[in-house]
Amino acid sequence: MLHLIRRGERLVVPFLLIIGWEIFSRSGLLPAALLPAPSIVLHSWADWAFAIDGSSQTYSGHWLSDALASCLRVLTGYAIATASGVLLGIAIGWWRWVERTIEPTVQMIRPIPPVSWIPLAIIWFGIADKPAIFLVFLGAFFPILLNTIHGVKTSDRNLIRAAAMMGATEQQMLRQVIFPAALPSIMAGLRIGIGSAWMLTVTAEMVAVKSGIGYVLWDSYYFLRYDLVLAAMVSIGLLGYGTDLLLKLLMQSTLRWQRGQTVQGR
Amino acid sequence: MAAIEIRNAVKIYQDQQRKRDLLALDTVNLTVEKNDFLCLLGPSGCGKSTLLNMIAGFESVSSGEILVDGKPVTGPGADRGMVFQQPTLMPWLTVWENIAFHLKLRGVHKAARREEAQLYIDMVGLTGFENHYPNELSGGMASRVGIARALLLNPAVILMDEPFAALDAQTRMDMQEELVAIWQKHQGTVVFVTHSVEEALVLGTKIAVMSCRPGRLGELIPLDLPYPRDITEAAFNDRKRHILARFKAEADKARKSAAA
Ligand SMILES: Nc1ncnc2c1ncn2[C@@H]1O[C@H](COP(=O)(O)OP(=O)(O)O)[C@@H](O)[C@H]1O
Ligand SMILES: [Mg+2]
Repeated sequence: MLHLIRRGERLVVPFLLIIGWEIFSRSGLLPAALLPAPSIVLHSWADWAFAIDGSSQTYSGHWLSDALASCLRVLTGYAIATASGVLLGIAIGWWRWVERTIEPTVQMIRPIPPVSWIPLAIIWFGIADKPAIFLVFLGAFFPILLNTIHGVKTSDRNLIRAAAMMGATEQQMLRQVIFPAALPSIMAGLRIGIGSAWMLTVTAEMVAVKSGIGYVLWDSYYFLRYDLVLAAMVSIGLLGYGTDLLLKLLMQSTLRWQRGQTVQGR
Repeated sequence: MAAIEIRNAVKIYQDQQRKRDLLALDTVNLTVEKNDFLCLLGPSGCGKSTLLNMIAGFESVSSGEILVDGKPVTGPGADRGMVFQQPTLMPWLTVWENIAFHLKLRGVHKAARREEAQLYIDMVGLTGFENHYPNELSGGMASRVGIARALLLNPAVILMDEPFAALDAQTRMDMQEELVAIWQKHQGTVVFVTHSVEEALVLGTKIAVMSCRPGRLGELIPLDLPYPRDITEAAFNDRKRHILARFKAEADKARKSAAA
């Protein structure tokens, strides 16, 4: 019973928000077209997803493929960012010479906002999946890289000594000591990275791609379909929330050993 | 052949921040015979850890040489098992995985690793805690894991750097007793660093008192008292008085030079 109440806790705020919004929209303080009521948004969304009455016109029934297109871009860019960010981060954190030769360049590229790469991305990759994947990569790469470097640099020197005492080679040291020691920090980077990944997929889809939820969002804006704009926004929120939840579960299972050691475990 | 042979070892630390060199150890000579339980006794800051780390291969000698089993030390290796002051267990591995980490590095199969780890788990009295993570262990249990991990290497020598310093008095006494029992049963060479005169007297077959700033080694004092040692016995207290006198002189010297 207590468990059910706990579960319900998280629904209270969204529920109140939606009720308030519905009342406000119906009150007529703003023209209904500018702030569609949740009920209308839900209706258009249902049509977008299941083609119930064609009210979302060309998008009717296309939600799944739009969501899939966006997810695929996020996943591809994010996977490339994860693999390269973790590997490069470990190398920079571990070998001084890699740090000296590569890090200054990385730190110079980092302050350039990923969205400012859009013109070049379009020139290089054209209007399709690739510029979006490239942007997602840029957005997710830096937080993952920096957190990995931090994790490696702050790993306990005595653990390295202990492993050396037990006869670890350098490669074993990196895989079996440095990587797990840096994992909590890497995971933190992954969670920041997934946020940037969604942000940049949507941005890219608004300007450089002709499919996905971001594209529907921007296209609906041109056709004054603010109900669909809102449906797209909520979709992005839910998808982002879902991927973050998956990461959180992954984190809980791989960092099981931290249980009872941190504030999180309370 | 002696288990450990230290010839004219000198250690100079370069202090980068203060642009000054520190002579941590000055011409140390020491021979540790096989199956000795040698206690290195000295006040803190006199270079005990430095000497132990040089034997372990974590620090290089500035001049002189260190031989273990007749071979010069060039770096850390599994022929020398180290028990650190802090347990330094891999927090992401369970007790048995920590103990068997060496076998994993050597590519031994999981079942064989698990089986061998159990021997050492039982030996140090951790039966029932095999699948606990280090953060679920008390200080004494974590020390036991550190000891079991070093024993599993089956090393020529075991180096211990004040492994019981952080434990409460009762746990420390239990651990000392068990360590002696394990050592008596399995033999082997132990170098045990401590700043406690009593601990050195309870454990060692030989005691070397270190002097401070720079760190130097006094001559070896053999202790032929039978185990387990009774700390209330007259013979024990005789030795204690003798060693305490030397230790006090060194500690005073250390304090004065630190103040100067
Ligand atoms: N890595 C180091 N760099 C510079 N000085 C050090 C370093 N390690 C130890 N020292 C100095 O060497 C001396 C001996 O230290 P240590 O071997 O840790 O003593 P002990 O273990 O007996 O307490 C101390 O004065 C300490 O400050
Ligand atoms: Mg020390």
